[in-house]
Parts: sequence; structure tokens; C-alpha cells
Amino acid sequence: MAEELSLLGMWASPFSCRVKIALKLKVVQYKYVEEDLFNKSPLLLKYNPIDKKVPVLVHNGNPLLESLVILEYIDETWQGYPIFPKDPYERAVARFWAKFIDDKLLPAIRRACWGEEKGREKAVEEATELLQLLEMELKEKRFFGGETIGLVDIVADTLSLWLTSFEEGSGVELMTREKFPKLSKWSHEFASTSAVKENLPPKDELTVFLKSLFGKPAK
Amino acid sequence: MAEENKVILHGFWPSPFVKRVELALKIKGIPYDYVEEDLPNKSSLLLEYNPVYKKVPVLVHNGKPIAESIVILEYIDETWKNGPSLLPEDPYKRAEVRFWASFLQQQLLQRAILVVKSDGEAQEKAIEELFEKLKLLEERIMNIFPEGTASINQENMGLLDIVLISCFGYYKVLEEVLGFKVMDPEKTPLVFSWLTTLLEIPVVKEAIPSHEKEVLFIKYVRQNALNPTAV
Repeated sequence: MAEELSLLGMWASPFSCRVKIALKLKVVQYKYVEEDLFNKSPLLLKYNPIDKKVPVLVHNGNPLLESLVILEYIDETWQGYPIFPKDPYERAVARFWAKFIDDKLLPAIRRACWGEEKGREKAVEEATELLQLLEMELKEKRFFGGETIGLVDIVADTLSLWLTSFEEGSGVELMTREKFPKLSKWSHEFASTSAVKENLPPKDELTVFLKSLFGKPAK
Repeated sequence: MAEENKVILHGFWPSPFVKRVELALKIKGIPYDYVEEDLPNKSSLLLEYNPVYKKVPVLVHNGKPIAESIVILEYIDETWKNGPSLLPEDPYKRAEVRFWASFLQQQLLQRAILVVKSDGEAQEKAIEELFEKLKLLEERIMNIFPEGTASINQENMGLLDIVLISCFGYYKVLEEVLGFKVMDPEKTPLVFSWLTTLLEIPVVKEAIPSHEKEVLFIKYVRQNALNPTAV
């Protein structure tokens, strides 16, 4: 029931977006609460006193934190569209790449686009190498999940709209069509999927926001 | 076929990440072969099995490799249904376990490693943050374990217990090397008693390396980090 499921999120957050996409795929109704991260609501502080971050999914009064944890919970709680693969080995592979994106790739991309000028070249090299690994993992598949989007695609949401905004906002080019033909194609297909399209924030506003959040662009 | 259900663990004896997998395999009663990796000289097999990180642990099941310790633990739990479950049945409780496992690893273990590898102001900052995060865990223990932790044993221990042991099972070693208590029964009594309960469990006791060996290793890690020598 809609009144028993709420998502505390933030319009520019790719992590909140992941949860929105998952709930859409499962066709689950929920109440969305937009949080002002510079003025956090008492509700957010109550449900996530630990790190006060979004997204927070509140189901029957019980809060769930961390987008990856939330995605697993959603898949285990609601039937219908499978977000995780069924086979344990495939699941392990999916979890591995999801963690890779969050633990290694995203920090590297942030450093490459917004880090100090001094270390820029090295950071770009590192991010490029890591993106290559993902490019190879995609192989000839349409999506990481196969014919339809799955866990890794959802977690890689940052690589579609957000990376484009990062690149525009910072002036640093990472995922070019020449270097990453598969990922570039994937990015477009992913963003065109209906469950994703209607949950993405507007690009121009996002670029402005990210630029103001992360600081000085590359010269 | 000889390969049927063959389990091989590539590891490194002091690694907390490898320790987790070893404990899970032992608790579930899964027979496995162990390959000790010499980390400065990684085997070509390891590099083939984990080209992304080139790290241990790697679990190889029927020739298929899995990397990342918590991913491996979930795989073990899903694949071998005999023995205790490492994760609870209820999806919300599972989410709690996953959240706190990630917290233990990212917030606590990473800072503990930083405390070992730094000194002066950097170390002081890491210590302060570590205790801040430990306090957060202390405050939530009654939520995680509403029945308390005293009755945890070999039959009912789970993923979170395994992760805690791997992160802080060697707390006395840390105390000896650093000269202060990381696990202090006065500061974090509930976390401390959870840990000590776990350390009494036979399978855990057997899995912890010798105190002296660990002390030497942690001292070496600290020394290396503070005075890096060109190799």
C-alpha cells in the first residue's frame, strides 16, 4: 500500500534514482519525499541517524539504508521483474560488478573530473582503465543484465546521465564513443528504457547542480 | 568427475578478508583446498581468476572464480544449504545484516587499518573517527541483536559475526602493537562482549592465527607504511 512505503531521496542523487528505477520495475506504489540535503528533515534524521544520507526506503515504518542494500531488499520483497539473476554464480558476478562500480569506479571518476589539477592526468588514466574493465564485461550484451536491465545496469546509472553531466560540467572527457563504443551504446539504451527515462533528473539542471557541488572545472 | 563440487580458496594467512571465507566454509562444513598466495609474487592463477583487483580471497567453485569476501559469503550461503544459514530468512533482517557488514568493513576496518598505518596527527584523526563509528555500532547493538549476543554459538552464528571476528578478532594484537585499546570494554561494552563471545567458539578459536605471528605481521605492516623502503 502506498502509505506504508516511502522513499526519502534527492532529485540529483544517482543513488536515490537507483531505488526509483527498481520500484518502477517492480510496479510498486510509494510516497516520494524530496530531501534538502543542506537542511535535512527531522524525518531523515530519525530514519537514518547513522550517516544522515539518502536514499532511505521506509517500509512499514522500518528504514532501509544504502542503495545496494535497498535494491536487494526490493528484489527479495516484491516478486515480478527480477532485478538480480536467479543463479547463485550469476548473482555473485552481478554483486561483484555492483561493488566495483561503487567502491572503485565512481571515486575514480570523481577524482578524474573534479580532483586537483595536479593529479588530473593520472586520475583520468585510472578512471579510463577502470571503465575499460566495464566495457569488456558488457561484451556483446545489450545490457549488463542481458536482454533487459538488471542490478548492474541500475547501479551503473551514474555512468549514463551523471557521467555526461560530470563531463560537461568539468570539461574532462572520459567515456568517448571512440574509446568506449559498447558503454556509449549501453548508456543511450539504458536511459531510453521507460523505467529509467521517467526517473532521470533533467540534464541541464543536473549539470549546473553538480558543477556547483564539486567545484572548479578543469581549465 | 574430480572437478565436481571442488572448492579451492586462494588466500593469505593474515588477511581479514580471507579469514571471513575460511570461517564461512568451516561453519558450513564445506571441504576445500587452500592455496596460500605469496602476495609480492602472486600466482598466475590468481591473476587469471581476479584480473580486476588481483587480490585474495578468491573462491573457485567447480573452476569458476568468485572475488570479494562478502560476495563470496553470500554465494556460499546461497549454494550450500546444509549447515547454519549465514543470513536470516526475513528480508528486513537480511538488509540489516548487509548494512552492518558494510559498516564494519567500510567504517571500522578501513579506519583501523589507517590507525595501524599512520602516526602523529593523521593517526589521531583516524583514532577519533574509529571510536566515533564504534560508538555508533555500540548504540545500535540492541536493535541488531534484540536477544543479546551471549547465546551466539557455532550453530547459529552468521555473516555479521564472521565479519566482526575478521575485523577485530585480533584486537589484543592491535593493543600490543599500538599501545592502546581499540576494543575497550569500558568504552564499548556491548561490542566487546559480542566479540569475546564469538572468540570462545571452537571453530573461531581454531581459525585465529597465533598471537605472536600476528604481532610480527602487524608490526611489519606498520613499519612498512611509516618508513616505506624502495623494493
